Amino acid sequence: MKRALLAAFIVVLLFLPQLTGGVYYTNLASQALIAALFALSLNLLVGYAGLVSLGHAGYLGLAAYSFGWLMTHLGWGHLAAAVAALAVTTVMAGIFGLIALRAAGISFLMITLALGQILWGLAYRWSSVTGGDNGISGLTRPSPFGIDLGNPNNFYYFTLVVFLLVWAAIANWVRSPYGASIRGTKDQPRRMSALGYNVWLIRWTTFIVSGFLGGVAGLMYVYYNQFISPHSLSLANSAEMLLMVIAGGAGTLSGPVVGAALVVLLKNVASAYIDRWIMLLGLVFIFIVMFVPGGIVAGLSRLRRPRLPAGAGPEKTPAESAPAVEKTA
Amino acid sequence: MNFWLIQSLNSLALGGVLFTLAAGFSLIFGLMRIANLSHGAYFMFGAYIGLAVLDRGHGFGVAVIAAGLAVGIMGGIVERVVLRRLAGNTLSQVLATLGVAFVIADGALWIWGGDPRPVSPPEFLAGGVQLFGLTFPLYRLAVLVFSILVAIGLWALLDKTRLGVMIRASVDDRQMAQGIGVPATKLFTVVFCLGTALAGLGGVIAAPILSVYPGLDADMLPLALVVVILGGLGSLAGAFVGSLLIGFIYSFGQVLFPDLAYMILFLPMVVILAVRPRGLFGRIMA
Repeated sequence: MKRALLAAFIVVLLFLPQLTGGVYYTNLASQALIAALFALSLNLLVGYAGLVSLGHAGYLGLAAYSFGWLMTHLGWGHLAAAVAALAVTTVMAGIFGLIALRAAGISFLMITLALGQILWGLAYRWSSVTGGDNGISGLTRPSPFGIDLGNPNNFYYFTLVVFLLVWAAIANWVRSPYGASIRGTKDQPRRMSALGYNVWLIRWTTFIVSGFLGGVAGLMYVYYNQFISPHSLSLANSAEMLLMVIAGGAGTLSGPVVGAALVVLLKNVASAYIDRWIMLLGLVFIFIVMFVPGGIVAGLSRLRRPRLPAGAGPEKTPAESAPAVEKTA
Repeated sequence: MNFWLIQSLNSLALGGVLFTLAAGFSLIFGLMRIANLSHGAYFMFGAYIGLAVLDRGHGFGVAVIAAGLAVGIMGGIVERVVLRRLAGNTLSQVLATLGVAFVIADGALWIWGGDPRPVSPPEFLAGGVQLFGLTFPLYRLAVLVFSILVAIGLWALLDKTRLGVMIRASVDDRQMAQGIGVPATKLFTVVFCLGTALAGLGGVIAAPILSVYPGLDADMLPLALVVVILGGLGSLAGAFVGSLLIGFIYSFGQVLFPDLAYMILFLPMVVILAVRPRGLFGRIMA
């Protein structure tokens, strides 16, 4: 059943440009896939390691700005700039991890928020490098193996390949023994520590992988937009990514993808009628947290199996399983 | 020499503003164990309310009181309607405050538009004062004095009144306090009102220095976070020392390295987290 659903989902993705017929919808699908990449990478931290981060847009910024700066200021080629951008992002994720993992729970969230805001402030004010409010524009998409990614259809398939690769890698990783140990550090850090696992190292590795994949998503983001500005690093953007994870269902493989698709659709539909996206984002956030805390995917599977009491599903909400501050005090 | 003296006063004034923001944040964290991520938004909303009151021709004092009251009541409503329903689930509460922050910030943008609005200080504080042969802006001195008065008032409230005893008891051991009859849930509302009211009136006090603009909330929230990470969550003394420290670092950073001022903020936080993750005065942070 699950495999059939997955196969059907992939087939739909494969023929989406033909099914919808229209550049607008193809681009919308690319946007949704890129958003899903962000949500999947953030979900490693939020859903599997139980560490709720509010600075994930920082990786978008690090990857996109490094790429843009290397291309425009140093005139590097596509491949070299992309590899260097990913390296920079990964190293910074390592450093941020060293700082943020001094704490857990709410304090971790506050530190990641502060780090994310510092990157945002840097992008805004360090204008000699980042171009300030104007950002860096005039970037181009690469042409791997002579395929022009300027074409929306080609770009969609390129994004799809990256998305499926990342998805498969994450699916394998979280099902591996290492993935089990990550979940262990979320639910029972002290027991894991007593069993001889290095809880800190497991969390740090997850933090870095999450940052690296966030960097991959950031590269796709800058390929798509061919432009980067401080707005992309804002707290609202980090919160949007977190909303995708929580709305869909943290700690599941499909939840963040569903959440990302919904948020991108909502944003596009809403912006056709009103320009109060930030307010709507806030209201949706409050609504989800108050009434669908486990996410839509878990909520749906609960509907299908009404015998299970609320909260007894295989997926715990991040809120239930994140280390409460009282416990760690 | 002049430069250093004037900048030091600017730093102290900014520190005073930060204290009105961080004290409430820290108080709310100490009691409710939640990071109120809408604190920057309350600060900005307070500034806009003050501006609206000033535009109608009322005095500065009226603007400060009106903003404090309005934002305090707003905070009380949010606590009752949203946070109360998520009691016991701190993470959901924190995320809900983030949602509230976006609603408030976008609401302010909707009502008051996107242009930055300068605010002039009240007339009797507009001039300068001669000290050591230098002219200091009187308003910044007044802000410093005001924040010291707020600090003394908060200390007296927490240390000398029955309410303060109940708050401190709940901060130290909530279950035990409830067990001996401290109405903890009422205290939550009171402290949330008090904390947000402080942020709201802090916004008006800060307006002549920082002016009022969309994005003020996003500028102030990380400053408040860094202050309480430095000073220690839930500690009033920590909030005071942390505010002055950040006031100095940020003011001097902005003048000496304007491009990298935000980056420099980050250094003390890193150092503190490395050597003393609880913060300078903190007991709670794990």
